[in-house]
Amino acid sequence: MIAPPLDPIDRAIVIATQAGLPLTPQPYHEIGGEVGIPAEEVMARMRRLQETGVIRRIGVVPNHYALGYKANGMTVWDIRDDAVGELGRRLGALDFISHCYQRPRHLPVWPYNLFAMVHARTHQEVEDKVAEMAALLGDASRGHEILYSTRILKKTGMRIGEG
Amino acid sequence: MDDTDRAIINALQGGFPISDHPFAEAAQKLGIHEQELIERIARLRADNVLTRFGPLYHAERLGGGLCLCAMEVPADRFDEVAATVNAFPEVAHNYERAHRLNMWFVLATERPEMIHHVIGQMERRTGLKVYAVPKIEEFFVGLRFEA
Repeated sequence: MIAPPLDPIDRAIVIATQAGLPLTPQPYHEIGGEVGIPAEEVMARMRRLQETGVIRRIGVVPNHYALGYKANGMTVWDIRDDAVGELGRRLGALDFISHCYQRPRHLPVWPYNLFAMVHARTHQEVEDKVAEMAALLGDASRGHEILYSTRILKKTGMRIGEG
Repeated sequence: MDDTDRAIINALQGGFPISDHPFAEAAQKLGIHEQELIERIARLRADNVLTRFGPLYHAERLGGGLCLCAMEVPADRFDEVAATVNAFPEVAHNYERAHRLNMWFVLATERPEMIHHVIGQMERRTGLKVYAVPKIEEFFVGLRFEA
């Protein structure tokens, strides 16, 4: 389903909830109070935003470092252009991959066109998973690297309508 | 973190209800009381075991621009450049990575056409090239972590 554009009330709901839901027994009532509409309307609009994929999901977002997932490898692959769609879908279906995207190359500095994030507890575990991915990709992959994160420099998440 | 915390994290990475009493509904499935669920989520949030609690929005479907970018930053300028880059409110997150391209960040803008403008400003302020790698196609987003 294609998401229709947000109207000003949807936008106000997004702004009121993007940092999180209030931790009170009736959070949607509180948002309604903030936005100036009945709770029923907040809920109806949020259900629609969820159906159209504007809201990916509602729930807790764990800090994966705190859960012990300290080895976070951004794996990048140089895949033949004619195979990248099919292989991207197959990589994305693996249960240890959190994001999988096709992105542009920047030759000669950056030859990689497929990105897949692998989260694990140790570097060895990441490397085992990368071997599994390499086997799946076969000859279509002309090279790959694992870029480990060594420091979080900033993490505020996306925000609209502030500033 | 105890077993109940783990059960909350494993069960609630999606599917939080949209209803009159959503905590009561979610708590019932976990076999705990509404107030206990609220308190535990608040504590996990305060302890930074959770980075957030609420709806996760899809940037492009909100009408905004989103772009992963990379820079090759000389080691002796790393902290200074990180400060300059992070000062842009459009930088949603930024990671140091072990590679020749050692700084990787995501730009999120109100309008898609603002991305290249922000990149231009960033290149002028740092004197360094910003490599934009926007997604061409999304194959999957949404790992759930096991606590």
